[in-house]
Amino acid sequence: MLVNLISGDRPRSAILTVLLLGVLVCLAFAPFLFPGVRALDTAATICVFILLVASYDLLLGYTGIVSFAHTMFFGFGAYGVALASIHMERGWDALFVGTLAGALAAAVVAFVIGLFSLRVRAIFFAMITLAVASAVAVLVSQLFQLTGGEDGLTYQIPRELTPAFRLGEVFGVRINGRILNYYLVFFTCLALFLVLLRIVNSPFGSVLEAIRENDFRAEAIGYRVVAYRTAASCLSAAMAALAGSLYAIWLRYVGPDTTLSFEIMLDVLLMVVIGGMGTMYGAVLGAVIFVLAQNYLQNLMGAGAGLTADLPLIPQLLDPNRWLMWLGILFILSVYFFPTGIVGRLRSRK
Amino acid sequence: MSAAPDHTPTFARLSLADRLSLSAPYLLVPALVAIGFLVIGAPSSWLTLTVSGLAMGMMIFIMASGLTLVFGLMDIINFGHGAFISLGAFMGVSVLFWLSSWTGAPSLVLNVAAVLLAILAAMVFTGAIGWAFERVIVRPVYGSHLKQILITVGGLIVLEQAIHVVWGAEEIYLNRPEALRGSITFGNSALERYRILAVVIGLAIFVAMRLVLRRTKIGLIVRAGVQNGEMVEALGYRLKLVFIGVFIAGSALAGLGGVMWALYEQVITAGMGESMMILIFIVVIIGGLGSIEGAFIGAILVGLLQNYVAFLEPKVALISNIGLMTAILLWRPQGMMPVVKAK
Repeated sequence: MLVNLISGDRPRSAILTVLLLGVLVCLAFAPFLFPGVRALDTAATICVFILLVASYDLLLGYTGIVSFAHTMFFGFGAYGVALASIHMERGWDALFVGTLAGALAAAVVAFVIGLFSLRVRAIFFAMITLAVASAVAVLVSQLFQLTGGEDGLTYQIPRELTPAFRLGEVFGVRINGRILNYYLVFFTCLALFLVLLRIVNSPFGSVLEAIRENDFRAEAIGYRVVAYRTAASCLSAAMAALAGSLYAIWLRYVGPDTTLSFEIMLDVLLMVVIGGMGTMYGAVLGAVIFVLAQNYLQNLMGAGAGLTADLPLIPQLLDPNRWLMWLGILFILSVYFFPTGIVGRLRSRK
Repeated sequence: MSAAPDHTPTFARLSLADRLSLSAPYLLVPALVAIGFLVIGAPSSWLTLTVSGLAMGMMIFIMASGLTLVFGLMDIINFGHGAFISLGAFMGVSVLFWLSSWTGAPSLVLNVAAVLLAILAAMVFTGAIGWAFERVIVRPVYGSHLKQILITVGGLIVLEQAIHVVWGAEEIYLNRPEALRGSITFGNSALERYRILAVVIGLAIFVAMRLVLRRTKIGLIVRAGVQNGEMVEALGYRLKLVFIGVFIAGSALAGLGGVMWALYEQVITAGMGESMMILIFIVVIIGGLGSIEGAFIGAILVGLLQNYVAFLEPKVALISNIGLMTAILLWRPQGMMPVVKAK
């Protein structure tokens, strides 16, 4: 039963199993284990990013194509929910319509980009997605009447999902709409993650891996490489849009910085590579480590900069704003030395 | 015994249709200029826009040329190219600040000398960094596109952050040298002096690059290497060495483009290279990966179109380049002048 649920894709490493179960338990009981607004916020962000990174891994790790438009699709979902919530009446159907419209738009755009770029060379895809994503980011900040521009949009979600909705107390923790909202995010992410696991362990997923290893040979066996690549790209875009919708429901705010910026794209790349390309479990570990680091490591770096304030250059290097540099170095080193990421490392130890 | 039959090869003349299809990309530029003239109507603003479009195109070409050659020669795509643009801009601007007595003087000779010195310093600097970048970042991942993209993106992040560490996180504003400010009037239209200088430098570099590629032995090896690297190596040339040279030259050109772009925009940020990369990729794609002439025409088309559309309909300007790319890829999926690979 349990093995069926994870589509027979066992972690294949004792340490990995323990880590994954730990993450699952921590996220499932986050409101009770880690009280506080910031902790719950971190937990929800982790859930959303696990889904986002897993959907990106479908493209990068399984199919072997690099896209820089993944945050654009993430943004489609988020803005879909935001716009629907603003222009429709406050209620569940607005969320539903927005989510669906975002996912559909993402799939259609991914299909069109795929038609143009995947036909010729896979490397075109990386460049064209970068160009399209930046154009969309600029467009969103230009069309501020519709999208709120750089300020973004705030909107109302159903009352049942806001802190104002109270239900009572369980284990000394007050259950309110915020916690219901968290569980909506958590269970949707879990379900979609299991769907992704199902996809990559299906015959379709095996074809994708064959294409990654040798597209020429895959074509020769009789699989239409372009069709499979385009399908993977559409699927992954739709999943990213769903993750974006969940993030928008959680934050009750969308803006270019939280959904569309190139920085988030880099974060997602780092998460996939650090966790391990080509395994869905890598997405889990990568997202958890990265989001925790993002939220708590900067404090540590600030303390380090304070301690070394008298030395030359070191305080500038340890400045909390420079943490992206250390991640970049980590990124380069991990591509060199751990191309299989944490999961690959854990699995190869016997 | 009868004489051997005549085997002199005869070259069939290309048909008109073939020649048209070969030169079609070149014809696009005058076509676009003519359409611009018709749509804009006023000749004076048309001339101003055309000159600034050409200036922009030249600068983009300078930055893009290194990238496309590196790709053509070694099949390496360098996403970190943008960092060299930023590095060049910061280095050049530092030199310009250092030479402020020259740039402040109202003498054209001293001003241009200061700009040239800044360009030289930037080129040496980015060339050296390019060499180190090739050694440390790119060398270990020859042959794997996926890893190249990932690792050069990592290099881009690190170099950009290093700029923050050295020069601070704030954007730096600068003034153009005295004699390059303002504009000259030609007929009714105002032509900015600096843009004319940019067109001159850009043309000079394009001509120099073409001469090197077409008339020298090293250019012959580079062109042959783009078409069939293995064969060139089999003939005894060390293509790796040539490639490193091209990589360094490409990085130095990116630095040059960075200085010129800094003087054009009059403000520099560490992220400027990254945002330029988007235009550069569009240019490289529509030109055909690996083709210098294609990149040149692509850059001019992008520059002109951006300026015309920005004048007519400012909001559309941002996506006009994507539209151009889509149209050209529909027409020629490999880009305007794809490099014929004999592999």
